[in-house]
Amino acid sequence: MSNKRQKMSANTDEKDEVPQTVQARFISEIGEEVGVPMHVPSDVTAEQLGLILNAVLENEEKIPYLFFADDKEIKVSLSKTIDLKLADTENVFDIVYQPQAIFKVRPVTRCSSSMPGHAEAVVSIGFSPNSLHLASGSGDTTVRLWDLNTETPLFTCTGHKQWVLCVVWSPDSKKLASACKAGVIIIWDPETGKQKGRSLTGHKKWIHGLSWEPYHQNPECRRLASAGSDGDIRIWDTVLGQCQLVLSSHAAAVTAVRWGGSGLIYSGSKDRTIKVWRGKDGALCRTMTGHAHWVNSLALNTDYVLRTGPFHPVHDRDKKYAQIAESEMKKMALERYTQVCPNGVESLVSCSDDFTLYLWKSDQTKCIARLTGHQNVVNDVKYSPDVKIIASASFDKSVKLWRASDGQFICTFRGHVQAVYTVAWSADSRLLVSGSKDSTLKVWSVQTKKLCQELPGHADEVFGVDWAPDGSRVASAGKDKVVKLWQY
Amino acid sequence: MPQNEYIERHRKLYGRRLDYEERKRKKEARMPKERARKAQKLRGIKAKLFNKQRRLEKIQMKKNIMAHEEKKVKKQEQQAEEGALPHYLLERGIQSSAKVLTNMIKQKRKEKAGKWDVPLPKVRQQSDAEVFKVLKTGKSKRKAWKRMVTKVTFVGENFTRKPPKFERFIRPMGLRFNKAHVTHPELKATFHLPIIGVKKNPSSPMFTSLGVITKGTVIEVNISELGLVTQTGKVVWGKYAQVTNNPENDGVINAVLLV
Repeated sequence: MSNKRQKMSANTDEKDEVPQTVQARFISEIGEEVGVPMHVPSDVTAEQLGLILNAVLENEEKIPYLFFADDKEIKVSLSKTIDLKLADTENVFDIVYQPQAIFKVRPVTRCSSSMPGHAEAVVSIGFSPNSLHLASGSGDTTVRLWDLNTETPLFTCTGHKQWVLCVVWSPDSKKLASACKAGVIIIWDPETGKQKGRSLTGHKKWIHGLSWEPYHQNPECRRLASAGSDGDIRIWDTVLGQCQLVLSSHAAAVTAVRWGGSGLIYSGSKDRTIKVWRGKDGALCRTMTGHAHWVNSLALNTDYVLRTGPFHPVHDRDKKYAQIAESEMKKMALERYTQVCPNGVESLVSCSDDFTLYLWKSDQTKCIARLTGHQNVVNDVKYSPDVKIIASASFDKSVKLWRASDGQFICTFRGHVQAVYTVAWSADSRLLVSGSKDSTLKVWSVQTKKLCQELPGHADEVFGVDWAPDGSRVASAGKDKVVKLWQY
Repeated sequence: MPQNEYIERHRKLYGRRLDYEERKRKKEARMPKERARKAQKLRGIKAKLFNKQRRLEKIQMKKNIMAHEEKKVKKQEQQAEEGALPHYLLERGIQSSAKVLTNMIKQKRKEKAGKWDVPLPKVRQQSDAEVFKVLKTGKSKRKAWKRMVTKVTFVGENFTRKPPKFERFIRPMGLRFNKAHVTHPELKATFHLPIIGVKKNPSSPMFTSLGVITKGTVIEVNISELGLVTQTGKVVWGKYAQVTNNPENDGVINAVLLV
């Protein structure tokens, strides 16, 4: 009892010292001031700030915001975030706000089905951009398409002679490209499960990655870039089944390729460089050096919008995409792209065997930031869909978050007991799922910076994880030959 | 015109004999037999030189044949191997990792029966006389109820000695061990791991309760640093291992993990 009283009195003492109100103003992320500075009570909560800001901005729909004061997030109230006794209360406080997605993706909690079928370890998995299809590639040389409504096998696509190392959907969801260890690429039709056109042969070794031409540049989804272990990047015309260009200037295996939205192709290689090419004619634009060891993966800030093309996670359910004209869809895709990348300068992040990540801008040869902190090989890196945060997965059993604008370290997620192979973001950027060698998936909450859900169930290493672009489910696959679907 | 090219001249003027090609072919066809006969007939240094030359010829011929065969062979489709890996793990030289024990029930049953498939199924029985040394106590040293363990022992962390009057078994500090070199048979790697307890000493249950570690003893070790996970996602931390050496002789405990 006495203890409580003491606390109460301490509280009142504090209130005597700190002013009841402080002057504050809202500032957007770019540094634009919104409205006039106003007096707010010092114990104003984040929700109240949200109400004020929505009123100031005259938003018709209420948008959730995150607020930061002195680079610290205001979680409860202003007075609890910064020490008002020490702060200069005479001046105007700058409160930086960050809009968040209006929709929320619910964390996946249970395994809705585990689908056997593959006869060997499942190596790659991917949802289609419209979240209607799921494809997986396996060591038994087949690609399987799964029916997501009944959660059963739909088609088995045979054609490859070797392990299917990557499956990538075209942004219009009408084609699926798969690449195998023998260096052959096959295009599949997801509606029939049959091969479309010829097999694309040319690579002398296996293929590390594929990337389709962005939807807003060519809604036909004809061209495809592939990164080969023989050091070549090939650009294919998938309709004619021909190789259009061979970009060979890497001295070692190309580990990642991305076709950017402004017509540039980015490639990371085991020769420690990242090269930027013009997609039109294959001219080498610039070479970015800095890494001391293999570059393992690349991520663009526009990855998410390029992957999903015109398909926004939230849409009218009555409005069918099939009825929209192609030109309209192209406009939608371009709109989404320009929202993320208004000036055409994309930023990219690369992760490497030298335990670091580098942040680059597509128009500069010098890096913007070098992100250090991992204690082992960094295997995978992904931008969050809202392009605010970068997540990196490393063999040091941790996942780390970095601020995307300047590469500032945010936090580490520890919990896995073995190397983390991949990460995938939910569409609202609030959740993150990681797949690890320790046979578990873990869902992490970005807001609380804590483990949100642990998903055991796989009997062996998890090689691939993907979160459906509409946020409805997570698919995972691994060495135990089953594909698992996880839902709320 | 030089004198010595008359043959060429004749040939140009009149051509070769009509059966030239035929004779040449026949001669060449007879050649191997001729040479074989010669090889058998020759003696001494001539034979040596001839055989050396013949050997080199044969080597060259074999090489030629091989080269031709290589050209002829169609590129065979390589069968997909087992143990598929994602592209990011290729060329990383990953050693095969141990699969986690999945059948927990079977393991539990085995545990209850106290029977394990062990690498060393039979070991020499340790007699009481070998393991215990009789200590004479009492003022005139005529009491002989106290025993000292002469083998390596594992003593738990929370063990406190009884007062000397009641302490029947002494486990000397110098022979107490709490770590063992444990080899994972599938990973082919050895780890220095802390011991959790002695599960079974095949010689006697009393040795088990005393924590005596001899060759063939099954001990439980803490393998949490290996990072093995059960199917439910929990980290496996205790696992059994069998001692493979004579710790009292070697001064270390070597064990092999029971997988």
